Amino acid sequence: MAAARALRGGGCCCRRRLLFSSSSSSSAGGGPTAERGERQESAGLGFSPPAHSRNDWIGPPDKHSNLRPVIFYVPPEESPLERRLREARQEAQACDQHFWARHNCTFRQEKEEFIYSRLKAKGLEMRDETGQKATLNAEEMADFYKDFLSKNFRKHMQYNRDWYKRNFTVTFLMGQVALARALRWLRWKKKNIGN
Amino acid sequence: GLFLWQLKNTGIRQIPCQFGHLCRVANDRLITFQYFNFLKRMYVTQYNRDLSQRAKPKSDSVASPFRDLQQLDQEKKVMYKIRPISPVPQPLSETSSRIELKEMKSAAETEDSVTPVRAESKEDRQWKEMKLRLDDLPGILARLSKIKLTALVVSTASAGFAMAPVPFDLTCFLLASLGTGLASCAANSINQFFEVPFDSNMNRTKNRPLVRGQISPLLAVCFAASCGVPGIALLTLGVNPLTGALGAFNIFLYTCCYTPMKRMSIANTWVGAVVGAIPPVMGWTAATGSLDAGALLLGGILYSWQFPHFNALSWGLREDYSRGGYCMMSVTHPGLCRRVALRHCLALIGLSTVAPVLDITTWTFPIISLPINLYISYLGFRFYRDADRSSSRKLFFCSLWHLPMLLLVMFSCKKSFLEKEDKGDVLGGNHGRAMEIRLP
Repeated sequence: MAAARALRGGGCCCRRRLLFSSSSSSSAGGGPTAERGERQESAGLGFSPPAHSRNDWIGPPDKHSNLRPVIFYVPPEESPLERRLREARQEAQACDQHFWARHNCTFRQEKEEFIYSRLKAKGLEMRDETGQKATLNAEEMADFYKDFLSKNFRKHMQYNRDWYKRNFTVTFLMGQVALARALRWLRWKKKNIGN
Repeated sequence: GLFLWQLKNTGIRQIPCQFGHLCRVANDRLITFQYFNFLKRMYVTQYNRDLSQRAKPKSDSVASPFRDLQQLDQEKKVMYKIRPISPVPQPLSETSSRIELKEMKSAAETEDSVTPVRAESKEDRQWKEMKLRLDDLPGILARLSKIKLTALVVSTASAGFAMAPVPFDLTCFLLASLGTGLASCAANSINQFFEVPFDSNMNRTKNRPLVRGQISPLLAVCFAASCGVPGIALLTLGVNPLTGALGAFNIFLYTCCYTPMKRMSIANTWVGAVVGAIPPVMGWTAATGSLDAGALLLGGILYSWQFPHFNALSWGLREDYSRGGYCMMSVTHPGLCRRVALRHCLALIGLSTVAPVLDITTWTFPIISLPINLYISYLGFRFYRDADRSSSRKLFFCSLWHLPMLLLVMFSCKKSFLEKEDKGDVLGGNHGRAMEIRLP
């Protein structure tokens, strides 16, 4: 029982992470005027892009979700369409982060519990004589992998649908923004030539 | 790497010349050897970490509680030992050093994968500006289009073209190869576009361009469109409509059927095998303009080959598939996985025997190919019986050299075109039809 509780202790890091992602998404949504010309979500990620940079910045893979966080640049003259795109990307990032962080934590936790129960059944300790954590080989783990996959099938189906929808929305918005920018540039060019 | 591919293609192009046949075959075999080692190097550096479940780069995010860290320390020590022996990474020297250091083979392979990963991982830990640099673009697009896999696909299409019983037409061959290559680039790009968060979570695929943010999804889609549309147009207008239709169908099958199905049902493996079987069929139809028994046989050989190849590979990736939510036989139906692999190894023997019956090759083909087919079947049987990592690895690596060797032997045993003309069969009609289509 105590050992199981110790195993569950690992879940704390996941809970903290989830809090962070939900707060970051709320800060992304609220305060429209305050964020103009500023970087969002740099707090907690331990990085601040240089002030002169006019691009997004992408970071190393997150410890729990393995996804790379992006800090989005908010241009001072951001159009409503560009704003919609940025918010869609932020929302997508938050959803993906939330799902994968929780999913990977669950996987790790259940894997440890499985190993613990199997070792117990074999009459072995979690750590052997040298103090190394004991492992099971791939064939013994196969039962766990099969079980885990079938348990989470529904969850994955739901996530797949959402991911495809979000991906298409963001890409389509990117297309619209690119087109709008191209037209703007053409108009500006025409004006300049006219002058 | 690409140079070796060109060598191989040159070998295949010299089809009509009957003289120096033996020299050419010997030359091709040398190229096959280099080709195999190129593939092995590529697959080993890409897949090695995945075939050994516990080997993870130290810098990896997951704080693994298991023996990984100690293992990596061991690997680090070994790395310094091997360095003086294999200083420059060249295909042949690398090979010879590997043969010498047989007992350190796995360590040598890990060195290859660990060193670039260490250099990469330092870069990885930094934040990067998402600004596309034009000098990086070719490399990024090459990785986006899975250029090495595309080259493999083009070579199987070339094999299909080469085996077709018609006089060799260089223009048609080049157009068909280019069209197939472009179609493959498009399909691979869309596949990566669909799978970003899943790729991030699997060791094998976490360094792809979209995952690392080196290119935007919009650009990836535009690239896919700019490869796919001209590719299919080239096949339809420059070769023949049948090949174009097959190409378009294959792109659809891969991106809209196989990719989503990977997460829904184990039937994805069978769909994926069809995707792999279509390129040689395309090569054949490009040459002859019709879908006849020979095309289907070649497609059948590629179809059967996919199973020992993929099932053996997937055996070592079970953890990543399970966590990532991929429905693969190796995770959900392990017994079926091994049975199917063995079944299709044996099917290869059967299909090789059918080839002379359909007048594609002489009877020497099933005889000469029997040893390699028996060997892969033996490894398939070992995999079926033992169901462990080492048997799966052996089967996988065997499949890498088995296919090019089988196609080479098939080509060298190809039924002579002149012989068949003497026999005065339907070929005359085909010949005329093929010529008709090729005229502008």
